[in-house]
Amino acid sequence: MSLIKNNIIIRDSWNHLDDDTPLSAEGKVIVSLKRWQSERKLLMERQEPLGIRLKSAEGAEMISDDLAHFDLIALEFPIFKDGRSYSTARMLRERYHYKGELRAVGEVLRDQLQFMLRCGFDAFEYAGKTIPEEAISAFVEMDKFYQTVGDWGRT
Amino acid sequence: MYVYNLVDQSLVNQRVQQFRDQVRRRLSGELNEEEFKPLRLMNGLYLQLHAYMLRVAIPYGTLSSKQMRALAHIAVRYDKGYGHFTTRQNLQFNWPKLKETPDILADLADVQMHAFQTSGNCIRNVTADQYAGVAVEEIADPRITAEVVRQWSTLHPEFSFLPRKFKIAVTGSKRDRAAVRVHDIGLIIKINEAGEMGYEVIVGGGLGRTPIVGVTIREFLPQQCLLSYLESILRIYNQIGRRDNIYKARIKIVIHELGAKEFTRRVEKEWKTIRDTAIDLPVGEYERIRAFFAPLPYQSLPKNDAGFSHLKFENQDFSHWVRGNTLPHRQSGYSIANISLKPIGGIPGDASAKQMEVVADLAEKFSFGEIRVAHEQNLVLPHVKQTDLYSIWNTLKEHNLATPNLGLISDIIACPGMDYCSLATARSIPLAQDISNRFSNLRRQNDIGELSVNISGCINACGHHHVGHIGLLGVDRKGEEYYQVTIGGSADENASIGEIIGPAIPYDEVVDAIERVVETYVDLRAKNESFIDAYRRVGKQPFKENLYVTN
Amino acid sequence: METKVISANRLEDGIVVYITKDNNWSECISDAEVFNDEAACDEALSKAYTAEEACIVVGSYLVEIEQKGVYYNPTKYREFIRVIGPTVRPDLARQARS
Ligand code: SF4
Repeated sequence: MSLIKNNIIIRDSWNHLDDDTPLSAEGKVIVSLKRWQSERKLLMERQEPLGIRLKSAEGAEMISDDLAHFDLIALEFPIFKDGRSYSTARMLRERYHYKGELRAVGEVLRDQLQFMLRCGFDAFEYAGKTIPEEAISAFVEMDKFYQTVGDWGRT
Repeated sequence: MYVYNLVDQSLVNQRVQQFRDQVRRRLSGELNEEEFKPLRLMNGLYLQLHAYMLRVAIPYGTLSSKQMRALAHIAVRYDKGYGHFTTRQNLQFNWPKLKETPDILADLADVQMHAFQTSGNCIRNVTADQYAGVAVEEIADPRITAEVVRQWSTLHPEFSFLPRKFKIAVTGSKRDRAAVRVHDIGLIIKINEAGEMGYEVIVGGGLGRTPIVGVTIREFLPQQCLLSYLESILRIYNQIGRRDNIYKARIKIVIHELGAKEFTRRVEKEWKTIRDTAIDLPVGEYERIRAFFAPLPYQSLPKNDAGFSHLKFENQDFSHWVRGNTLPHRQSGYSIANISLKPIGGIPGDASAKQMEVVADLAEKFSFGEIRVAHEQNLVLPHVKQTDLYSIWNTLKEHNLATPNLGLISDIIACPGMDYCSLATARSIPLAQDISNRFSNLRRQNDIGELSVNISGCINACGHHHVGHIGLLGVDRKGEEYYQVTIGGSADENASIGEIIGPAIPYDEVVDAIERVVETYVDLRAKNESFIDAYRRVGKQPFKENLYVTN
Repeated sequence: METKVISANRLEDGIVVYITKDNNWSECISDAEVFNDEAACDEALSKAYTAEEACIVVGSYLVEIEQKGVYYNPTKYREFIRVIGPTVRPDLARQARS
């Protein structure tokens, strides 16, 4: 798995934390919604950046009051055909004005990247088979669109 | 007609390039079939029984002569010289080669056409009344709305991976020719008391395994709010539509499970939060699009031309065709000429490249270069002078395009069925041919009057069997072709789903059975009572009794 | 076991093909290798999957056939139509059959 951000491959400084892996004092971690709900206090006391991971059935409104606590939100695509996270992404950006990293995780394939980008994702855990450098070209295959989406202050 | 600007054109061109690269990656093995399938489907390319099939989008059924010629050219150059017009106003090529598909799409792009979203779990090619802009009783032209919806839905980043496919239809007439009540969303253009334009919004209609007539969730939506309202509906559907069971994934099931009231409440709530964002088009954009559909430079002509009346008087065949296949036009002295793609015993909806060229020529000469495709799988020359009808008819006749059977029993809707389609459980076309042959006598057809026979080769209902006055659904009974008969369906403003009237019958007995149903109607009808009206009056019992009589 | 052949569609043009004795693909069912036992079937299927990976064909599967005179015909009507082409377009028929 490679992480694509701003059209380049970067080293991932975040850790996805399983629900039963103990929380250490240090390191940037991404936790599940469930863990956030049950260990909220503990997580807020940590001095490290925090990320949250939503399953495709977990909508933006479940965390809309808590956005200030997150530096990263990861939205899952359990299979590429499950398009719910596209809606979640747009709502986070456009309705709740979330400005931090919005990361696509799960079955994140080359030919979906551009749709994701346009919905407001800015980081991609690329799961395709081809080299990620090649997948980046998907972002520039098209530059003309009809919809005014993803209007969330990207420059 | 709408003409692409630079944005439209480069979007389509870029998409062709993108698909060319995807095909290259597939042929080189970089993509396997599982990965490639959704990509090809998003460009209208299926793999059917005998070969690939390319479904070309004909947005809201509007074509120019130039576009029709391009389709004819593609049929000859890349295919086997013909194409099939579908119930979604599209055109299918049955034999394209994968490696040539990018070239076909490039040829289409040259004439401002594409195959976007004619497949896949996305918003499909939008359909509309084939008489848009010309029907006498029309309130407003649905093509402006349809073009707005086409653009908005094309490569929509949020709604390209919906739970299931999503179909939108628009009409601007009281008389519904676009079957809006059996679409995922149906829009009926209305003018309110203040004289403003808007829409009645109908949601959750559909055919397939669970046929159902849609429900109105809003009586009047102001026109400028259209896109934000559509986004609200689609967003709710995208989030809560079922993804665990393909047969329960359409929006109609959401509405069934939530109830129309709760569904409406959620849509309205969502809409409140997005209606004032940038989603809706500025008025100027509607006006820009509207300008493309401005009235054409018609001549002012008398309502009735003496020469034309004389020709009708002189030539009975011509007069039959005029009576059967043409309709009055908004503009005095003009007509709407329907071109039947249902010759007696022919394949419903099929047109040869030569026929496409003939229609393109006629349109160029006599109809401002415009052609329409009707969801009944016929073509239309929308604006022809009465005085030109005779020469049009003569040309059509030469090419087997002048059967005067519009709306009659031989004007059968049939999906490709098992002759082409990999999902089929039985054939549709040969049955349509047999029925057409049985009722070949036009005098008899006219005596029977308006009667639609719709045939589908499987439960997917591409042949709209549920909404045929008589519907036939092909099923497989231990390897034999059987057909389930429904009666009383209708796709118009009084939409209804046909009732199954008993066990399915084998192929060889279907035509006789249909004949008995028709005879039952002829025997019991009141004066001037159509089949569907008679059925609604007497119910299914008399038909049922006679359907299963064996001799 | 019923008598079977293996069919697929050719990747580049989608045309119906059958696996042959010399491990090729033919448009004619009369060239097809006929299988009567499971083991041979499985072996041939795995060859077919290799051909899929090699981008020669897509969607290979077993087709049940029966002998009719000198011909082998598929038992299922759908498969029969795949052999002969659309029944409504005899002019496009692939192969003359009994
Ligand atoms: S109704 Fe069934 S058989 Fe007919 S075209 Fe649709 S999927 Fe194919």
